[in-house]
Amino acid sequence: MTARERVTGTVANYVDERTGAAKWMKKNLTKVFPDHWSFLLGEIVLYSFIILLLSGTFLTFWFDPSQREVLYDGSYEPLQGLHMSAAYASTLHISFEIRGGLLMRQIHHWAALIFMAGMVVHLMRVYFTGAFRKPREFNWIIGVGLLTLGIVEGFLGYSLPDDLLSGTGIRIAEAIIQALPVVGSYLAFFAFDGAFPGEAFIPRIFTVHVLLLPGIFLALITVHLMLVWYQKHTQWPGPGRTEKNVVGYPLMPAYMAKAGGFFFIVFGVTAFLGAVASINPVWLYGPYNPGQISAGSQPDWYMGWLDGLVRMAPPLESYIFGYTIPWNILIPGLIIPGILFTGMALYPFIESWITGDKREHHLLDRPRNVPNRTALGVMSLTFMLVALINGGNDIIATTFSLSINQVMWFSRIGIIILPPIAFVITKRICLSLQRADRELVLHGRETGRLLMLPHGEFVEVHEPISPELAWKLTAHEQAPALALEDVDARGVRRAGGLKNKLRKRMSQANAESIAKPTANDLKEIEHH
Amino acid sequence: MSNEIEAIKDPGLPAHVHRQADTDPVAEKRAERQIAILFLISALGTLLFIFAYYFIPEDVFVFFPVLGNTNAHQLVLGLGLAIALFFIGAAAIHWAKTLMPDEEVIAMRHTMRSDDEDRDALVATVKERAGAAGLGRRSLIKRSMGLSLGLIGLSPLVLLRDLGPLPGDDLTKTSWNAGTRLVTDPGDRPIRPEDLEVGAVAQVLPEHIGEERRHLSDIAKDAVLLIRIRPEEFQLSPERLSWTYDGIIAFSKICSHMGCAVALYEQTTKHLLCPCHQSTFDVPRAAKVIFGPAARPLPQLAITVDSEGYLIAQKPFSEPVGPSFWERSS
Repeated sequence: MTARERVTGTVANYVDERTGAAKWMKKNLTKVFPDHWSFLLGEIVLYSFIILLLSGTFLTFWFDPSQREVLYDGSYEPLQGLHMSAAYASTLHISFEIRGGLLMRQIHHWAALIFMAGMVVHLMRVYFTGAFRKPREFNWIIGVGLLTLGIVEGFLGYSLPDDLLSGTGIRIAEAIIQALPVVGSYLAFFAFDGAFPGEAFIPRIFTVHVLLLPGIFLALITVHLMLVWYQKHTQWPGPGRTEKNVVGYPLMPAYMAKAGGFFFIVFGVTAFLGAVASINPVWLYGPYNPGQISAGSQPDWYMGWLDGLVRMAPPLESYIFGYTIPWNILIPGLIIPGILFTGMALYPFIESWITGDKREHHLLDRPRNVPNRTALGVMSLTFMLVALINGGNDIIATTFSLSINQVMWFSRIGIIILPPIAFVITKRICLSLQRADRELVLHGRETGRLLMLPHGEFVEVHEPISPELAWKLTAHEQAPALALEDVDARGVRRAGGLKNKLRKRMSQANAESIAKPTANDLKEIEHH
Repeated sequence: MSNEIEAIKDPGLPAHVHRQADTDPVAEKRAERQIAILFLISALGTLLFIFAYYFIPEDVFVFFPVLGNTNAHQLVLGLGLAIALFFIGAAAIHWAKTLMPDEEVIAMRHTMRSDDEDRDALVATVKERAGAAGLGRRSLIKRSMGLSLGLIGLSPLVLLRDLGPLPGDDLTKTSWNAGTRLVTDPGDRPIRPEDLEVGAVAQVLPEHIGEERRHLSDIAKDAVLLIRIRPEEFQLSPERLSWTYDGIIAFSKICSHMGCAVALYEQTTKHLLCPCHQSTFDVPRAAKVIFGPAARPLPQLAITVDSEGYLIAQKPFSEPVGPSFWERSS
């Protein structure tokens, strides 16, 4: 026994005698993880969260979360002699006097953008491949919760420097709170300790930003990962892969090295962005003053869609019995986002209701094989994209020499007609891709070699595809639509007829597909 | 058999293909060297980082295409850190891909559902335990417990009450009163009508008396825009016309939509535009909304001049300024 083995053995023995960890470790060090680039998207989110914790902790050492008014006498000359909040002054201090402070600020902001973008792309991966299906519905809901909290956390984070841009964002948030029927003005006064802006919100959102929300994140992420671990990761269909097994690399050593290495890659890329790409240069905006504003005020991108919805809202307000209901704020600011996020959270249950499928699923769907789901996803993304475009309507108008009214009318009309069009087009594309898959399996790969037959006809030589590819293209299930009867055996109409009818219609639409080739089809072709 | 639909068969996991480094000792050595070099590049990155921290002065700016004028200290510090981190990752992944075992293995899954036996046993245990505690029978305890737990849930809400004061008339009142002088912002100088040319805009605040600096919460309600156009261009009711003075009209600068500062004035069209959500207000028609999400015009402040010829407010705003709220009556 070498000295190294002896030391390791002693330590391991010490730990195991107190925790019994050996049994768990033995089993889990060889745990199998399927490999695919799309499974790294969630990892990017996890790693940027760690980067956020590290860089954020660094920033708190100098950041002064206070709206106490101070006279700036730091090294940034254009702002010298100006009155500003201690929060803004300390942000300038971090940016200009602390070595590495600006780098850390930029890494923190870039990591936040990557965190949000990673969550969105990870969500798309999970959605379009059907990874949210039973037994993973809990993780889907946790994910939707994390995304929602991420938007709030990001917004609070960029509000902390108390510059002119962020203060404007807080003003808008205050207007949304104030718009709530009955309790709005009370809630706004509680949140801001009086009239806007007051001197309370920076210290308050600081606590929420650095303690409350990160704590909730940590708890939710832990549960999210524990469930992934316990339920085992989903895998793509392919030769040798079934609903009953998981094919991939063992945790130790290759997967550990890859995942650990990937953390450093993500951190490295974020640091590179922090080094070369300026982000949120708050010193250019100046301190917040509610009487001032800069043209082209833009939120961070993950708030952009919300701002875009608010911008395109029609000017509706009701005055009833001496009370005001500002629909122009409530509908785009609360009601539509509420419907979108609730619908997203409930989607796994809606789909399982439509398909009547209550089985466990561990093999992912290729998006083309589930045309309705894919089309619905693209439809939602189109909605969000139009909203996001309208969130930058002023920038787009100036960049492309359009009038703001043109961009706004494009969005107002587009947000209603483009999503359904996207649905139809996507569904057609999916079905065409299914048709192409069928062709490929039945008639093989086009080789590009032309052959002249004795009677002068030209044909292209097709080569049969490999059995592995043929299996991959046909491994999916094509479930028929639910056989729901409007009337029971005695000819009496069933209760809940409308609901039943809706379910039937949706189930039929959902089952629409191009029949996948079978072995019989292949044999038949060979006979020809 | 022939009528039955037969699916295409799963050919099973493909045979493992060995990598070059698995079989060729030269390739293995080469991979080892590559990994070591990647780790060394990372080490150099850290050295660069330390060098930049201590030895590159913070006030040196270097010009780079695309990046523009860049602070050398911050740039090299960041690049050093980026190299140090990135190449650790690159080395680890290269190591995993070339030298660590890459044979795919198969593990079996188990359904999440517990065995029927375990489930039945659990149900029996719960029933028995709950029965022993008498949860089903002791309704007096159950109800009183529900009451106390429900009530204690209220205590955090009670505690949060002191987060802020009640709104009172704070949302409806501003510092503008009859006779309040309009002063420039910044500068706090009173203005005469002749200071403002036709086509000009000025931001003003109510005259502020006392040593204390203005509170931002006051500016958030008091900020007013003065715009001067030709008097004949107004399309106002006689009452509103009497609120102007010699072509000068005053509006709350706080947007009636969500409270941003309505700061963009287009001289040729006489439109005021809010940069936040592009609500557009037509100045000659008492800031009527002509585009965008705002539902109400900007409140107009009635102005006139005092005996010394300075602009003053005739009276307070006749409606609350800023975004809508429930108790607002119109």
